[in-house]
Amino acid sequence: MAEVTLSGLTKAYGTTLALHDVTLTIPDGAFVVLLGPTGAGKTTTLRLIAGLDAPTKGDIRIGGASVINDTPAQRDVAMVFQQYSLYPHLTVRDNLAFPLRSPIIAMPEPQIAKRVQDVADVLRIPHKLDNKATALSGGEMQRVSIGRALVRNPRIYLMDEPLSSLDAKLRADLRIELKRIHHDLKATFLYVTHDQIEAMTMATHVGVLDRGKLVQFGTPRQIYEEPVSTYVASRLGQPHINLLPADAFGPSPAGAAQIGLRPEHIFQGEGQPATVRRVEHLGDQTRLHLALGPHQIITLSDAHTPLRPGDTLPIRPQNPLWFDASGNRL
Amino acid sequence: MAEIVIRNLRKEFGAFTAVKGSSFTIRDGEFFMLLGPSGCGKTTTLRMIAGLELPTSGEILIDGEDVSQKPASQRDIAMVFQMFALYPHMNVRKNIAYPLVSQGVPKAEVQKKVAEVARILRIDHMLDKPVGGLSGGDRQRVALGRAIVRNPKAFMMDEPLGALDAEFREIMAEELRALHDRMHATTVYVTHDQLEAMQMGDKIVVMNHGVVEQFGTPQDIYDHPATLFVADFIGSPSMNFLQFEGTAAPGATTVTLGETLIALPRLEEPATGKLVLGVRPEHLALSDAAPYRGRIEATEYLGTTQIVTLATPHGPAKARTPAGLPAKVGDTVGLTLDARTLTLFDATTGRAIRTAANAGVPHG
Repeated sequence: MAEVTLSGLTKAYGTTLALHDVTLTIPDGAFVVLLGPTGAGKTTTLRLIAGLDAPTKGDIRIGGASVINDTPAQRDVAMVFQQYSLYPHLTVRDNLAFPLRSPIIAMPEPQIAKRVQDVADVLRIPHKLDNKATALSGGEMQRVSIGRALVRNPRIYLMDEPLSSLDAKLRADLRIELKRIHHDLKATFLYVTHDQIEAMTMATHVGVLDRGKLVQFGTPRQIYEEPVSTYVASRLGQPHINLLPADAFGPSPAGAAQIGLRPEHIFQGEGQPATVRRVEHLGDQTRLHLALGPHQIITLSDAHTPLRPGDTLPIRPQNPLWFDASGNRL
Repeated sequence: MAEIVIRNLRKEFGAFTAVKGSSFTIRDGEFFMLLGPSGCGKTTTLRMIAGLELPTSGEILIDGEDVSQKPASQRDIAMVFQMFALYPHMNVRKNIAYPLVSQGVPKAEVQKKVAEVARILRIDHMLDKPVGGLSGGDRQRVALGRAIVRNPKAFMMDEPLGALDAEFREIMAEELRALHDRMHATTVYVTHDQLEAMQMGDKIVVMNHGVVEQFGTPQDIYDHPATLFVADFIGSPSMNFLQFEGTAAPGATTVTLGETLIALPRLEEPATGKLVLGVRPEHLALSDAAPYRGRIEATEYLGTTQIVTLATPHGPAKARTPAGLPAKVGDTVGLTLDARTLTLFDATTGRAIRTAANAGVPHG
């Protein structure tokens, strides 16, 4: 386990800057999630740390020492990919043991047996050890591929959207599993995803990437409650934050160009009259689609609200977020 | 515009029965969802309505006329697929116009209809662009335009958003629904995504293994699931199932869970043996005083709310609580269940026991 520091990390592919001057410290034992849409530079960051690609500029330090000239094997990191790739002709046990039998590690067999057993216990698949890899369900296969990273006990685990190919229920289960594994192993995780739920629920720290730049780094609560820009504010929260012209509800602070309203920033029952356009019953909550003059607003209400399309609902902002003309938070 | 009535619809493929006697009614102008896991028969049902498959038995009535044995071309239904195929060598205008041109509609009328459809879909500025350079969303809009332009009686959509990424999917879902609100065309929509079904649908049919498990409005299905399958499939996190054995007579307003009396809506039929008490995560609250206890296993921060995973004497459970509420992993806490919202199931049949709360809700 080790602290990982990125300083001024830059990666260019031809004229395209995939990663631009990223400086970031992943504390020892942290669960850092990099969040961003496709093309934000998430996977590039992982590949640079793993040594699968070389940076154009900048430095990577693991446990205090620069690894920039080290081979992937020397860096002692483990990577888990989105598409689990197991050896189909091997059992779960042999799949898990495989990394330990590599000539670089060459661990004695009794020790391998013990480690494989330990990891199988952590992953709750000890009863599957003698199954062929192909006889597993999707969730079990992904657990085995995570297990193959765990057996090595590397300095950092790099995970590239490991849950994105699983169905919703399994994803929810594995989110909790991963958090538990992280906690039990006291390991350092760097995890990339475009799924805001994964970032919110698992991370100790979230880094938000925008076209190759790290635009905010903080706890999930900081990112959700104190976003630095409209871009960051739009990454988290369901339904999305409503962004309206600053004067939509009347006077606004100096320099404000936009007002940002999450559902909890919209007080219902007093203020300006909005028209209910659509009432969406999602079961546990109901989404109200409102029209306030020319503006569309989506907010939440009680699951069994009596409101119907065409009704009028007065609303006013309550501790809203303000943003300037370039989208930065005031 | 059309009303579609499905009666005892059945489809066999050799020894395999894909759809086992479905019956439901799609009202004129409804946005109607066929929801279920893969292999449940939802796509087969859609294809039978469209005329791409002929049913083994049963009736499909469109505006009162039985079309079940008619070819697709005589049903006047437009189909939108997940993989939208556009003609790559034609521009947007020609792609949308194609169904009309091939029917021999006069040129002036074609121009008028294409312009109208483009306006509805808000793609009028790109009519002369080649489809090759369009984004995924715009391509989907053009594919929709080609379906709309014929002005069919109804639209059949087979997971039209399935290939899109999550963020974009949400935008398109809203757009599709807004489009429906402008056009009010009867739409049958197949999906395996319960949130999509809840979000967009006026009515939902939940299918499993070729059987209609439940049919109703999204809120009714969520509040009063007819079966354990529906209760588990709808909602995220899904309904908690507390497993216990007990006996309750009609008129009872409590059940005994371990040593705790739990109030629930008045039973209208007896329940006995292996039972399941179903409680939605938002109806499970942490409270120090409550006698029913659980241990906190995990907490997940979601911004406004958090999900607290608990171990109870009757199985695992998840509670959705305000994000500010303190919940520490390892602590044992009291749990209160919101009596009015509980559903009791017979674990053996999987069926919900009839109570004062769900009595009026139509079952599958």
